[in-house]
Amino acid sequence: MQLNHTITLIVNGQQYMRSVEPRLLLSDFLRHQLGLTGTHVGCEHGVCGACTVVLDNEAVRSCLLFAVQANGREVATVEGLSSGLHPEQLHPLQIGFWEAHGLQCGYCTPGILMTLVPFLRENPNPTATEIRDLLSGNICRCTGYQKIVEAVQSGAKLIQEGSS
Amino acid sequence: MSTRYFGQPIKRNEDPRLLTGRALFTDDVQLAGMLHVAFARSDLAHARIRTIDVASAKERPGVVAIYIAKDLGDFWQPGPLLVPPPPVEQLEFHQRTQVPLTKDKVRHAGEAVAMIVAESRYVAEDALDDIFVEYEPLDAVVDLEAALKDDAPLVHDDLERNISARVAQTKGDWTQAASEADLVISRRFHYDRGTAAALENRGIVASWDAKTQHLTVWDTTQAPIAIRNGLAAMLGLSERQVRVIAPFIGGGFGPKIMMFYPEEVLLAWATLQLGRPVKWIEDREENFYATTQERVQVHDAAIALRRDGTILGVKDIFLHDSGAYAPYGLTVPINSQCTLLGPYIVPNYYSEFTSVFTNKPIVTPYRGAGRQHGVFVMERLLDIAARELAIDRVEIRRRNFIRPEQFPYNNEIIYQDFAPLVYDSGNYEPALERALELIGYERFIREEQPQREAEGERVGIAVVNYIEGTGIGPYEGARVTVEASGKVSVVTGIGTQGQGHYTSFAQVAAEQLGVPVSDVHIVTGDTDLFYWGAGTFASRGAVVAGNAVHAAAANVRAKILKLAGEKLEVAEEDLELIEGRAQVKGAPETAIPFGQLAAEANPLRGAVKPGTEPGLESTEYFGPERGATASGVHAMILTVDPETFLVEIEKYVVVHDCGKVINPLILEGQIQGGVAQGIGNAFYEQLHFNENGALLNASLMDYLLPTAMDVPDILSDHIETPSPLNPLGVKGAGEAGAIPVGALFAQALDNAFRDIGLETREIPLSPNRLFELVMEAKKAV
Repeated sequence: MQLNHTITLIVNGQQYMRSVEPRLLLSDFLRHQLGLTGTHVGCEHGVCGACTVVLDNEAVRSCLLFAVQANGREVATVEGLSSGLHPEQLHPLQIGFWEAHGLQCGYCTPGILMTLVPFLRENPNPTATEIRDLLSGNICRCTGYQKIVEAVQSGAKLIQEGSS
Repeated sequence: MSTRYFGQPIKRNEDPRLLTGRALFTDDVQLAGMLHVAFARSDLAHARIRTIDVASAKERPGVVAIYIAKDLGDFWQPGPLLVPPPPVEQLEFHQRTQVPLTKDKVRHAGEAVAMIVAESRYVAEDALDDIFVEYEPLDAVVDLEAALKDDAPLVHDDLERNISARVAQTKGDWTQAASEADLVISRRFHYDRGTAAALENRGIVASWDAKTQHLTVWDTTQAPIAIRNGLAAMLGLSERQVRVIAPFIGGGFGPKIMMFYPEEVLLAWATLQLGRPVKWIEDREENFYATTQERVQVHDAAIALRRDGTILGVKDIFLHDSGAYAPYGLTVPINSQCTLLGPYIVPNYYSEFTSVFTNKPIVTPYRGAGRQHGVFVMERLLDIAARELAIDRVEIRRRNFIRPEQFPYNNEIIYQDFAPLVYDSGNYEPALERALELIGYERFIREEQPQREAEGERVGIAVVNYIEGTGIGPYEGARVTVEASGKVSVVTGIGTQGQGHYTSFAQVAAEQLGVPVSDVHIVTGDTDLFYWGAGTFASRGAVVAGNAVHAAAANVRAKILKLAGEKLEVAEEDLELIEGRAQVKGAPETAIPFGQLAAEANPLRGAVKPGTEPGLESTEYFGPERGATASGVHAMILTVDPETFLVEIEKYVVVHDCGKVINPLILEGQIQGGVAQGIGNAFYEQLHFNENGALLNASLMDYLLPTAMDVPDILSDHIETPSPLNPLGVKGAGEAGAIPVGALFAQALDNAFRDIGLETREIPLSPNRLFELVMEAKKAV
């Protein structure tokens, strides 16, 4: 058996200390050890983007990282974007997706949201082409992307309104 | 005036859960003591199994059990035939269905030979390396025509040939039509394999509770009720002892209605053996082998026409690849056969197909389910005919449309639902004209295209038509209840995979009951909460379950009106239902909240009058006599890079007619998503099998799904021709977007390369393949 490592990390503002196998993927750690199942796994080889989380302000594929690589770092997952299900608890980007019908089965959505969060911080007012370029690493099999692009634009607008 | 809910672009009830990571998907189910499963799968497509040695795998710490076929005893049975052959004369049919674990011979790469149960998925996969299988490799059956040669290896040794089925259907007299024609065109068309690639792979969690003698199964299935019934029968349990839950599902598109997948029966069986919950989640590589696929067909087709472009007849003889087993019967090739006729008058038709066993993964319906093949053949024949007869390709279509006054239109052959192929309603010309207007057809071919071509661009335009048989039976049901809170619950048996049922069904109920859509709580896909139903497939949810919800909600509305009328001592027709209250029209001071009425209809003391039911509740079923026929037109302008042969879609138009629309927002999403899958099918996605039946591109790195950079914005519009076959007047829309895209690409490319006479007769294409076709065409010029 492999020796476990003890890791300490912050996820959605909360500190966790856990003993993990060195080979445990960050995606499996978040989903099955912390119970944060909002992060989804679609391909396990870094292509589909469904498992995207934010690691120290950067969007990363949690299926391509080991949990031990997050030791001492800060992770944000989709669960941290809102405090609950009520409309007033949702993140403006989530409102944008809701209003524009930016999701169907919703499986890719958490990864798309977490790809967008750091991006919109740097690019608060992206064009449709910039959004499509950014999202070319996130596969959605349901929507055909058009309404996702609209959702991002409306979400970006809501974020700006909220911060002004 | 009460608020309208039906037909409004209402945002979805299910979205907050999905957006916040709080929706339950199968892999999110976590149970105490749960074990994890991995499958040992064959790398070879065709091989006899000599020995399987699992001894050292059993020794590995953390491995709980390993099962091979012989361990299953009498439980080892081939799966059921889901759809028996339709009642067509002179049909040849050989039933061969998939097995839970391969016993003696592997028939496609990825077939499971052993099941490992361990304390974690990591350990289960470690143990895969400890399993030793000695195979005797056999020549593989890959190519459809080679499969039918006398000396071909046999996929199923007990059959004389690799024939799964042979079906011929006839309307009129093709031979006569051909002899009278001014022009007969014959061509061969190829359509290759793709996969649905739902973003969520399949998964199952099965949990047997010995104390309550109850089995619970979470399953990524589109048909939980049929799974419940089948598992109960296989395991010798009462249906009341088995609960199947199809929770949120990350895309279905057809393959998730296949049943029974080997994993479904094995997980349920294993939890009974072990007394502990077991979970198996398919990984992406497994999905490329173990989940069903669709599409190889080879058509030899001919069309007979008069000089003016009038179709006299069509003949089509085609091969269909069923893969190694054919649990889904003839649904896919019959869809091809029937959809070929399209919106056109085809007085004489002869269609014959041979469904062929090959050493490839199983073929079952995937969005479109064979319809795109029929559309491809017919639209291509018309394009070629238009060129030969020097008639505009739009005009030749216009001349052959079925006219509005000809409906219901009987095509005189049998459809996949075993009913005669009768189109219920349609109005094709206005949709075509609208599409031409939106794409700017006339101006493009007169001005823009010549101008851009003079500047050295390769640019093409295309317009194609299609019909889609939707909303077939047998039936679905729904129970609508006004709860004591005044809110409404709707329960139906079908599962949901992103189609917005939590909202569209809520709109149907809200329209009857006058409650906000957000106050209607929908339950789908839990067999303990609704017992009866068939499943989500064939673009039928809105049509069949939607009308059941409508009927049940109408009954509840009547109950509310009756009770409120008695209390307010007014006639029912003087009442209105607004915002969850019943009141005398225009007199809000008389309003009684639904919650109060619901409580009074379900008293704790006193008597409910004989002949009345307690509560404000109704259960209804809806079964259409046959499917509703949706239709549409797609149009596109694309450019081809002369160096790289990459294509760029500049403009994409969809004009669609699916009858009455419940929620235009959801409908648009369905159309756009369907087109995106169609674009993938036409130009990006292709499963490459080598001559040994090995799949060469079983990863998302190598199997190219369209990204946000590849799919254009789609400009869409609707024509509403209600279906007379159901009270809501709706038709299905789920598959429409995907169906005509291959035909559209082919026409646009031919148009862009018309100077060298390019004739595209195959799908999918790619830049490489397009380059080859263009080089061939240039050589021939």
